[in-house]
Amino acid sequence: MIRKPLRPLARIFFARSAGENPDLIEYANRRERIEMQHERILRKTQRRLIMMGGIFIISFGVIGMRMTALAVSAPSEPKARATAAQILASRADIIDRNNRVLATNIETHSLYAHPQHVVNPVTAARQLAEIFPDIDAVKMEARLKGARKFLWLKSAISPEEKQAVHDIGDPGLLFGPREMRLYPNGQLAGHILGGTTFGEQGVHSAETLGIAGVEKAFDGFLRDPKFNGRPLQLSIDLSVQSAMEEVLYGGMRLMNAKAASAVLMEVHTGEILALSSLPDFDPNNRPHMLTEGDQADDPLFNRAVQGVYELGSVFKTFAVAQAMELGLVTADTMIDTKRFRWGKYPIKDFKNYGPKLTVENVLVKSSNVGTARLSKMIGGENQKTFLKNLGLLAATPIELVEGPTGKPQFPSNWSEISTMTISYGHGISTSPVHLASAYSTIVNGGTLVKPTVVKQTVPRIGERIISQKVSMRLRTMLRHVVTEGTASFGEVPGYSVAGKTGTADKPNNQGGYHKDKVLATFASFFPSANPKYVLIVTLDEPEDRAGFEPRRTAGWTAVPVGAEVIRRVAPLLGLAPEIETSGQNGLTLASN
Amino acid sequence: MKHLFLGCLVVTVMALAFWGYTENYTTKNTLDNISKLNKDIGLAHSRLRVLRAEWAYLNRPGRLLQLVNANFEDLKLLQLTSDHFARLEQIPYPEPNLGPITEPVEVMKRDTSP
Repeated sequence: MIRKPLRPLARIFFARSAGENPDLIEYANRRERIEMQHERILRKTQRRLIMMGGIFIISFGVIGMRMTALAVSAPSEPKARATAAQILASRADIIDRNNRVLATNIETHSLYAHPQHVVNPVTAARQLAEIFPDIDAVKMEARLKGARKFLWLKSAISPEEKQAVHDIGDPGLLFGPREMRLYPNGQLAGHILGGTTFGEQGVHSAETLGIAGVEKAFDGFLRDPKFNGRPLQLSIDLSVQSAMEEVLYGGMRLMNAKAASAVLMEVHTGEILALSSLPDFDPNNRPHMLTEGDQADDPLFNRAVQGVYELGSVFKTFAVAQAMELGLVTADTMIDTKRFRWGKYPIKDFKNYGPKLTVENVLVKSSNVGTARLSKMIGGENQKTFLKNLGLLAATPIELVEGPTGKPQFPSNWSEISTMTISYGHGISTSPVHLASAYSTIVNGGTLVKPTVVKQTVPRIGERIISQKVSMRLRTMLRHVVTEGTASFGEVPGYSVAGKTGTADKPNNQGGYHKDKVLATFASFFPSANPKYVLIVTLDEPEDRAGFEPRRTAGWTAVPVGAEVIRRVAPLLGLAPEIETSGQNGLTLASN
Repeated sequence: MKHLFLGCLVVTVMALAFWGYTENYTTKNTLDNISKLNKDIGLAHSRLRVLRAEWAYLNRPGRLLQLVNANFEDLKLLQLTSDHFARLEQIPYPEPNLGPITEPVEVMKRDTSP
């Protein structure tokens, strides 16, 4: 650009010759120059403003568009960052303590229909009814001819069934992928596992929800992708569980009992290695709840955890333990065992054991009178506190969803007569799992044990309930119950079993007790010198009809079954026999 | 100079655009590959699960017991009982392998009789 001079020579000369002031020309030019300059700045500023505005509009427009896109589009997983859990996206497995599978998933298919696309509803319905026996051809035909656009026909079908439905060849019958929970061992440990059901169902997937047992108690853990499909390891030992169930079932049939339950617990950790309640069920095909009759007869009812019963004389151990712990008696103190009356209630024994017995013999011979006298020495308040500390007055913390329903029942008014009857196991109802943990606490050296079905990796040492010395003395006393007392059938060669029997009359609906129906319990532990396992066996209404008259006491019913369980499971637990067995073991002594 | 600079800038922008274009498609390809791999992993896992389930089903204690009973004559398997345990001292200690005697040494006189 050519810059215009402020004092153009030609115009100055003209102005001078015309006698005008030439400075005016300069002023005029200067003004013009300043005006042009202003105009240029103004234009530049305007351009910048427009540009800024444009940038703002574009940036906010982009942000707005992105926000709209995010708001209206369907969410999707980032492809590049898929973890193992996102790939698998299934319920975690459940395994036993030796990594054997207890519950897993398999892929099957669900069957649904688009009735508007079904070509021949009559044939389709008839053929579906042939494949699935529970489908009614007439009803199915009506459904397929109905106005609905979508029908669920089956939530999970097998590959064979899928092929058969495929062979019908109707375009209106469709399949969706389904993950089905599978319990490969069938009925085994059914009560522990519980079972699952389908929750929210879509065509492409369905939620699997736990409905009972550990499946429900650990539903959050099993479904949470955070844990990357890490399996849930239970404390159950599959082989032991299987052997125990087999023996218990045989024992239940042999003793003509209507039901049975058993709990095998590790005494130091409270880990439950096997838990069985008969009758049981198959979690793959969970039956419906009983709607009529006694709910306690329902196969779904877990007697070992939910069932609270008056367990009888097995409670005497606690009275003796507490009396010894308080220093009121020693094992050799003589106790008056003459029958007596408390108000209108007679306190008597199964048979007369003479005027006096040592504390040890009170336990060995199972004297109600002797235990009642001990409880009078202890006092009601003390007894209640002791039983509470043993965990016998609250539901067990076992990790089964049924756990909290097994709430012990005891009188709200802990009167003197209650104190006496509770000392020999009447007037208080607890579950076999309660009893197992209380016995573990008593014999493991005296520290509190809480029952668990999850494998423990670190040792758990609970608070001290009784002293080591009392615990050791009680082991010997309970061993004598087997060697010389009521549980003589409990002897298992090589495993020095110790324990206590309990036979409780079953309460009837009239508020009294049945004369001929009992609940027989054997609370045992082995090996007696250094206990490792506690086993509780309970038989409901057993009757040994082998003799002249039916025998119902635990010594004749629950004890032989318990002994057989120990004989079978102790070798499986890796326990070597303590004393030399007489049987031929196929080995010859080395000699030169 | 200015033109050269502008020219360089244009070439750089074009080169970057080309690089961006190829990177975009490489990424998309990789993502597709990943999802295919994930799908394969998922399928492999489901196959593995079926195998594990089948193994667990075939090895369920009830079936093993039936098999043991059915094949008792051949296998003669018995339940593990307490007399199957033995103490360490009941097992004969293996004889040391001394090898053949190549150079016999006379330790007593043969012709000496009592």
